[in-house]
Amino acid sequence: MTATPSSALPAHTHAHISAPAPNAIGAPAAAGTLPASPTPHAPGPRPVDIESPGYWQQVSARLARDPVTIISAVILLLIVLSAIFAPWLAPHDPYQGNVMTRLKPVGFPGHLLGTDETGRDMLSRLLYGGRLSLVSGIVPVAFALLIGGTLGILAGYLGGAVNSMIMRITDVFFAFPSILLAIAIVGLLGAGLFNTLLSLTLVFIPQVIRISESVTTQVRSLDFVEAAKLSGAKPLTLIRHQILSNVLSPILVYCTSLVSLSIILAAGLSFLGLGVTPPSAEWGLMLNALRQAIYVDPVVAALPGAVIFVTSMCFNLISDGLRTAMDVRIKL
Amino acid sequence: MLSFLARRLLHAIPILFGVSIIVFMLVKMIPGNPLDLLLPPEAPPELVAQLTAAYGFDKPLYVQYFSWLWRTLQGDLGYSIFTGAPVAAELRSAIGNTFILAVPAACLGFTVGVTLGTIAAHYQGTFVDKIFSAFAITGVSLPHYWFAIVMVVIFSVTMNWFPAQGMHFEGLPTTWEDLKSIVLPVVTLSLIPMGVVARVTRATVLEVLNQDFVNTLHAKGLVGYEILYHVLKNAAPSVIAVIGLQFGYLLGGSILVETVFNWPGSGSLLNLAIFRRDVPVMQATIVILAFFFVLLNLLVDIAQAAIDPRIRR
Amino acid sequence: MTQTTLPELERPLSPRDRGGPQQPMLIVADIKKHFPIRKGPFGRVAGAVQAVDGVSFSIAKGEVLGIVGESGCGKSTLARLLMRMMAPDAGSMIFDGDPVDEHNGISINQLHRDVQMVFQDSYSSLNPRMPIVDTIAFTPIINGLSAADAQARARVLLNQVGLAPNLFARRYPHELSGGQRQRVNIARALAVQPRLVILDEPVSALDKSVEAQVLNLLVTLQELHNLTYIFISHDLNVVRFISDRVAVMYLGRIVETGDVDDIYRNPKHPYTRALLASAPSLDPRRRTQSAPLFGDPPNPINPPSGCRFRTRCPHAQAVCADRAPVATPVDGASSHTVCCHMSQPGSGHTDAPAHNEEVAA
Repeated sequence: MTATPSSALPAHTHAHISAPAPNAIGAPAAAGTLPASPTPHAPGPRPVDIESPGYWQQVSARLARDPVTIISAVILLLIVLSAIFAPWLAPHDPYQGNVMTRLKPVGFPGHLLGTDETGRDMLSRLLYGGRLSLVSGIVPVAFALLIGGTLGILAGYLGGAVNSMIMRITDVFFAFPSILLAIAIVGLLGAGLFNTLLSLTLVFIPQVIRISESVTTQVRSLDFVEAAKLSGAKPLTLIRHQILSNVLSPILVYCTSLVSLSIILAAGLSFLGLGVTPPSAEWGLMLNALRQAIYVDPVVAALPGAVIFVTSMCFNLISDGLRTAMDVRIKL
Repeated sequence: MLSFLARRLLHAIPILFGVSIIVFMLVKMIPGNPLDLLLPPEAPPELVAQLTAAYGFDKPLYVQYFSWLWRTLQGDLGYSIFTGAPVAAELRSAIGNTFILAVPAACLGFTVGVTLGTIAAHYQGTFVDKIFSAFAITGVSLPHYWFAIVMVVIFSVTMNWFPAQGMHFEGLPTTWEDLKSIVLPVVTLSLIPMGVVARVTRATVLEVLNQDFVNTLHAKGLVGYEILYHVLKNAAPSVIAVIGLQFGYLLGGSILVETVFNWPGSGSLLNLAIFRRDVPVMQATIVILAFFFVLLNLLVDIAQAAIDPRIRR
Repeated sequence: MTQTTLPELERPLSPRDRGGPQQPMLIVADIKKHFPIRKGPFGRVAGAVQAVDGVSFSIAKGEVLGIVGESGCGKSTLARLLMRMMAPDAGSMIFDGDPVDEHNGISINQLHRDVQMVFQDSYSSLNPRMPIVDTIAFTPIINGLSAADAQARARVLLNQVGLAPNLFARRYPHELSGGQRQRVNIARALAVQPRLVILDEPVSALDKSVEAQVLNLLVTLQELHNLTYIFISHDLNVVRFISDRVAVMYLGRIVETGDVDDIYRNPKHPYTRALLASAPSLDPRRRTQSAPLFGDPPNPINPPSGCRFRTRCPHAQAVCADRAPVATPVDGASSHTVCCHMSQPGSGHTDAPAHNEEVAA
């Protein structure tokens, strides 16, 4: 098939190319006929693609160059590992107290970090306490991320009535100060680990919903989402492929900082006597029990709080590092 | 502006309803029979029936809800199971005591926080910035109840500057002695808001400083303080939003600080009520504190709209 | 009428062709879209932005229709209406003989297999987290093609738009220049082998040299894939280069349509004339002394009654405020129509021809 003479198409000045049959998109001959293509189509093995580092690879690379984040991550890893391996690492039984060795100071022979008010070894109790405290920190946030993230992304993507309904209900929960709500739920339902986890999850879900919805709404209005909608894909597919990868980073950053808050809140609830019950070893509970000991041995009394502080700080620093690493603002 | 106000007020009403419903539902979900708190188990059935009717426990849920709501709105917050005294009076003085801590803590935390955040943003990347940011993140990661204990150890036990516990006066502080008992609780309470506000201020001010209009201000020949005014005005809405949320922390988080310092505020009242299973007091305290929070947020929204015309839409 | 060679007569028809060579690819009839404005605490409707207010045109197969207009005339809204990304408030569309989104016609999903769009902002129209080959392959995969086939097709398309696959396939949008991104957008639009492509200001954000390359690419691809284009732009020169026919849009309405030569050499509507006169000449001896178009475009919320251009038209008269002009053929040729009382016989305008009298060119 020959091209039409240029005079028949007025005012067009493009060069003519012999156009092959219109439907032959897959035909390799089409590749070599365009002037802009720099590499001629040569026979033999196809050259390997140039791979660009993906988004998460870039984030990891940036994180690796951030000393503060690395140090926090290492410390956190040590804390987590020591909590997991507490049964092997603890020198004494955390529930076994000795009235003769009550409130011994740090460095006491046999008790590296001293003993508490009933003679139990502080180091062992701190190690075991890490399990409960870390669980109280991570589990509520994980559930809140799952439930709240789903609801928030759906609300942000679908908009309209669904959005209004979800956000209105979220607003009602937001009307409570977080601590008050947590205390209210645990106070009314009763103390214990399960109620603590439940209460914290309920407190965090609205917060995750809010940030997920906000970020999803921003992403949804971008052109590439509209272009993807034109493909005829169903909403769930679109969310999975187009939206999720773009909203996950801010949500993740927020959730990491939520973990630090969760640890503090859970320990605070135990401190009030509303969380875990004695004789469990939990950092907040230990802090409460040792309150009277500040007059006798302030260092030992302050140990549980210090551990809470360090753990929470590590999570916050990691969260900050993540946020900086994920802040990709490259525009041409 | 007026229509924004109207819209915002209209928006607040269903939220207040929602809050009251949630508190009511939570109370209803308490395990066990509510009458168990009032009567011994071997009480005669006629007495049980009498009390059930008197308290309205036999009526359908929505009736109970509305009658409770109506009473609450009229100021009748019920009677404490333990003391028998009307809750409203006790709560009023308790909340007053909390405010004696919360208001100075708010002022201290917000002013210091904004100042630190702005300075840190101005000297971004330098040693000053790192120090201030470290301080801010410490404030955010600190378990304030633990910090309270530490403060007591240092300033009360060791140096004996301030009293370790208790509110040593009635009503408002009038003497230096009175003020001494406020210092430790207020500083402790202000630490987390200080940290949070400092971080948000720093981030927002940095964002604003990166905008082109700041360069225009420099080009026009404005001096540091004048530019600062414009920058702060642009950063204000986000910072004010966070301040609103921190009010919630101050109202709710005071419970932990009050426990450490044995301060007779609403937090202590709630704590005591939880341990005594004094349901009317619990219910009333939670609802009133939440209502306060909603109203505070309303004020914060209005302040935001007053500063940022875009919000008025 | 001179036979402007309809290219498809020299090409075999696409197997998906349903209406035949004489059937216009798209007929748009009186499309309207008003956006309500809500005011007050209850959000009551206080008015409407009449973005698109009765647009009608048709486009033949293989043709390039250029739509020209100022900012705010409703071009982008029209593009989205044509893609059915939003539903019009009134009016209908017929694609290749089938009514769109009506019970006896094709669905919007089916429409999207034959009609695709290239957006103006090349950066925000690409997912920053996806390599570009995945972005291009996305739609074919959704429509049932296997992943391997879709990837292969994407790579061929990358070649066709001038981006070597082994260099560009796994890159991310932020690593490409504006022109390269727009090529990716074009490849993405072509991934499902559409027959009609709507281009919403595709070159407006590009440098002039890049613009020329992309325009040439579009022309090449049109021949290669037997495409029909609707090309929306505010740039008169670009429209002149690429279009076969042109429609001029003002404040939500089409004011003049015709072959590109007719429009550019013999504009009949005062707005078209002013637009064409606004383009400054490079010849220093022919300087523009006064602006041909005065005033600001009126508010689409409260457009002028009757003819919308009358507030800026030097020939406005009383009849222009009374009645909106209808599309009238010029010189008896059906291909060049204009909406102006001055060209409408018997309209009441003093410059209008009498009934049954042809206006001398």
